[in-house]
Amino acid sequence: MTEPLLKVRGLKIGATIYPPGEKSREIEIVHGVDFDLEAGKVLGLIGESGAGKSTIGLAAMAYGRGGVELTGGEVWVNGRDVLKSPLRDKRRLRGAEVTYVSQSAAASFNPAKRIMEQVTEAAISQGKFSKQDAEARAVALFEKLGLPDPETIGTRYPHQVSGGQLQRCMTALALCPEPDLVVFDEPTTALDVTTQIDVLKAIKDAIRDTGVAALYITHDLAVVAQVSDHIMVLQQGSMVEYGTADQIINNPQEEYTQALVSVRSIKHIEKEPTDTPVLKVENVTARYAGTNFDVLKNINVEIHPGQTLAVVGESGSGKSTLARVITGLLPPSEGQITFDDHVLTSGLSTRPKEDLRQLQMIYQMADTAMNPRQTVGTIIGRPLELYFGLKGKEKQKRIQELLDEIELGDGFQDRYPAELSGGQKQRVCIARALAAKPKLIICDEVTSALDPLVADGILKLLLKLQKVEDVAYLFITHDLATVKAIADSIAVMFQGEVVRYGPKSQVLAPPFDDYTDLLLSSVPEMRLGWLEEVIAHRKMESAGN
Amino acid sequence: MHPVIKLVAQRLALGLLLLLAASVLIFAGTTMLPGDVAQQILGQGATPTALANLRAELGLNDPPVTRYFNWLGGVLQGDLGTALTNGRDIAESIGGRLKNTMFLAFWAAIISIPLAIFLGLLAVRYKDKWPDKLISAVTLTTISIPEFMIGYILVYWLAIKFRWFPSVAIMNDSMSLLEKLNAIAIPVIVLTLVVLAHMMRMTRAAILNVMQSAYIETAELKGLRMLKIIRTHAFPNAVAPIVNVVMLNMAYLVVGVVVVEVVFAYPGMGQYLVDHVSKRDVPVVQACGLIFAAVYIGLNLIADIVSIVSNPRLRHPK
Amino acid sequence: MIRIPPAALIGLFFTSVFFFCAIFAPYIAPYGMAEVVGDVWEPSSSEFLLGTDSIGRDLLSRMIWGGRTTIFIATAATILSFVTGSVLGFFAAVSGGWVDQVLSRFIDLIMSIPSLIFALVVLSVLPTTIMTLIVLMGLLDSTRVFRLARAVAVDITVMDYVEAARLRGEKIGWIIFRETLPNALSPLVAEMGLRFIFMVLFVSTLSFLGLGVQPPQADWGGIVKENKEGINYGIQAALYPAYAIAILCISINLVADWILSRTTSLKGGRG
Repeated sequence: MTEPLLKVRGLKIGATIYPPGEKSREIEIVHGVDFDLEAGKVLGLIGESGAGKSTIGLAAMAYGRGGVELTGGEVWVNGRDVLKSPLRDKRRLRGAEVTYVSQSAAASFNPAKRIMEQVTEAAISQGKFSKQDAEARAVALFEKLGLPDPETIGTRYPHQVSGGQLQRCMTALALCPEPDLVVFDEPTTALDVTTQIDVLKAIKDAIRDTGVAALYITHDLAVVAQVSDHIMVLQQGSMVEYGTADQIINNPQEEYTQALVSVRSIKHIEKEPTDTPVLKVENVTARYAGTNFDVLKNINVEIHPGQTLAVVGESGSGKSTLARVITGLLPPSEGQITFDDHVLTSGLSTRPKEDLRQLQMIYQMADTAMNPRQTVGTIIGRPLELYFGLKGKEKQKRIQELLDEIELGDGFQDRYPAELSGGQKQRVCIARALAAKPKLIICDEVTSALDPLVADGILKLLLKLQKVEDVAYLFITHDLATVKAIADSIAVMFQGEVVRYGPKSQVLAPPFDDYTDLLLSSVPEMRLGWLEEVIAHRKMESAGN
Repeated sequence: MHPVIKLVAQRLALGLLLLLAASVLIFAGTTMLPGDVAQQILGQGATPTALANLRAELGLNDPPVTRYFNWLGGVLQGDLGTALTNGRDIAESIGGRLKNTMFLAFWAAIISIPLAIFLGLLAVRYKDKWPDKLISAVTLTTISIPEFMIGYILVYWLAIKFRWFPSVAIMNDSMSLLEKLNAIAIPVIVLTLVVLAHMMRMTRAAILNVMQSAYIETAELKGLRMLKIIRTHAFPNAVAPIVNVVMLNMAYLVVGVVVVEVVFAYPGMGQYLVDHVSKRDVPVVQACGLIFAAVYIGLNLIADIVSIVSNPRLRHPK
Repeated sequence: MIRIPPAALIGLFFTSVFFFCAIFAPYIAPYGMAEVVGDVWEPSSSEFLLGTDSIGRDLLSRMIWGGRTTIFIATAATILSFVTGSVLGFFAAVSGGWVDQVLSRFIDLIMSIPSLIFALVVLSVLPTTIMTLIVLMGLLDSTRVFRLARAVAVDITVMDYVEAARLRGEKIGWIIFRETLPNALSPLVAEMGLRFIFMVLFVSTLSFLGLGVQPPQADWGGIVKENKEGINYGIQAALYPAYAIAILCISINLVADWILSRTTSLKGGRG
């Protein structure tokens, strides 16, 4: 048997951390990982934050980011142990044999230089191609990756092209020197879902056509299933499971992998609308002060007591602005909002306390939603004081009840937000909202910043609390999987308008309008071959038109 | 119109406006406040008639606004007025002194700018290692001592103990350049030390900021040599922040000059200003204050314009 | 229990010593402030630990009394600068709109003239009393505090927890004192140290130029001015204030650095 392209044995990676007020110390972040990658194959590295997947990817280039050090083990590329080779040889490896595509192309391109110069730089300086050949190659790659104006796009500066285009340019940059291996580090994570699918397709085709091998790093198992031959599941710097993409998706062996595969499979049966909605948004139009552009155009939606309305859309669709209008932070220029049988005043300052209590909000970033100088007890206790005048023992008792309800238990009252994990922080924010005993909670992308398993836990908690407390949710998200899991009715937003609205079963059933179709079909599904099916389907449709 | 030209034009206009406003502030600072210039000149024993005559002569009876415009009109024509203390034309007295001050500041800049950038690079290269720590300890010390004290410490050691350089910086036109440089050696060292600390700290931060960018990592992952990365990727992005740092510190140098000139009895603008502040010679103070403010605003303006011109987003709009 | 790193501990120690000497100068100083007790520039002896000055006063006593003056002026000016700067800064940040614009542009204007030059211009017509110095330095320096306080407050007021408090229906008092101020305090306190250093340097410079504290009142800048001729005869008298200022400033810097590092770590900044 021939030697694999990439052979990793017992790879250990350490980092120096500098805890405040203490001596710096070494910690190990990858604890001995082994794997092989054959030429021309794609290995997916998957795991949640802190799994060490990016670090392992960069180790294939004998590179440690920041204070990261490759402390032990072997990394063989093309039959050479690159960890032990001198810097000179490492430089020959990087950019010639192994190249890298980062999550943020916008940051990874030098703002002061033209795209073409940056795309061809490695190929030329490593002596693989002449300037002329490298540029011709780049143009061919631009074309293959579906970039507009492949002949001239290279003369532009990075800020002159869109995010999705720049991510494709980064792929061209990685492929231009004709490497043996490309490390893709979350290349589509920062993109909107409808952009992601095109970039994903472009990357997959480019990998296939050039015959390059790839390490594909992501936290999204559904994405990695589309491009990988093999998948390695990582957790906290150790390998959990390794297998073919088919085996990992369809027949996961380890409990952790099973959890990752079955994530987002919450079943929620939609409830019937009642006679009187708790919140009714009528003909609302809004714009930000000093602009002449309506961010919201004639919005009409309603939410029924104890039910969930999911507002779904991509960045810039106006979904968060809708939340600002409902909370009174941005008075609408037209239209009115009825809450619990009375019309809400448009501005926050004129609303009675009772309205404020009934309408609570949970934010995307739990980190910034809690005052870092207040304890969990103070944070949850404040609404109790403010709205119900609770004090002393009574307040303590209620805080503990709420903590029990969000499944945190004893000993959390005196902790500061910095001492909590991401999921725990979001739970505290939920408890703070619940403390007011509201009729409606606005949830603004509350699971977007969390790892999939943690997000799942939060969604389950929200559903459970809805049953117990009979609270309605206005759930704002860009993630359709979340919508399916939690909504009773759905409003799809696009460029400030609601393009589709109704009960979940209707909104998610054909016939679709164009945008909803695009949005729905762009959400990666946890099965092999999904990407090809969607693309084939789209080609057919556009051929039919 | 190209957005860069538009922005630069805007910035220049703003600079002029700022200078105008600063002139109002300087004039107001010396006129609106209590203190009678005529009384100051003639002393407590002056007769009321003498006081009234002098007031009329100096135009002190006019309303402040009129006086301001008279003054400004003069300044715009190069007439800075006459000194109260000796009746000499201020513009004439300032001419030679301004040249002397520029001479001193020029040599301090020539030495401190390359040195600060070199030390900044060195500190970045050996970040968190001993050269970095040593450099920051030394700069912390020099920042913590006033300019004039650094001056006397150096005079004590370099001029008195070792007798390498003269302790006062007396210059005349018959001296050769080398003799002049020898005369101003210690003042130049003091000024260099004073601005070096700030400049080198800020340079270090500016370079670190660039070196920690993701595009530098991209370049590293292309297998480029460190020197090439610095030359082709870091340098184009670091120029603007470094020029900014240099200009801000040159502005700082302007202030340092005032004190250092007094320490070494150097015949420049700073000494002239301080001398006439204690003599309460208002027209001289106004003129000097305006010139210092103009230099300071001008340097800040250059810093701003450099960052506008070097910004690729502005140079190559969408 | 907070662990104080050794550098900050040294800083705290020296800072305390200096302030102690300043406060209890009348009990510590061996001689009176302007008391002529010996010959001109006597060398160090058991009678005069640091020797005597240009007109035969005990230098150690002059240093202690001078420290008292310098530290008093610097402290008072720092407080004035802080109160003015942070009140206006917070006010500008919270009001926003044209109030913020007008205040910010006015501060820009004052900062377009170097502080020392501005001070010299004003001192050419004002009587040089300690009160004038404190007010002048405090107001000129409050521009820097204004900028910092405004920036910090703007950063905090856009945080979701402040928005959450507003949505909850909290009064302005709660938002300023419970949500904003506790988070703004540490950077402001650290800055306070740096402003104090600047004030010490500023007042010493003015006194050295003969435009600050007037003799026979002792202060560190003045001691340099009085004894500068001695340098030419190899007499160190003028250098003692330099050492004192350096030690005080470095000590405060160390403490400020420590406070600042604790602040950034609370924000969860990377190590």
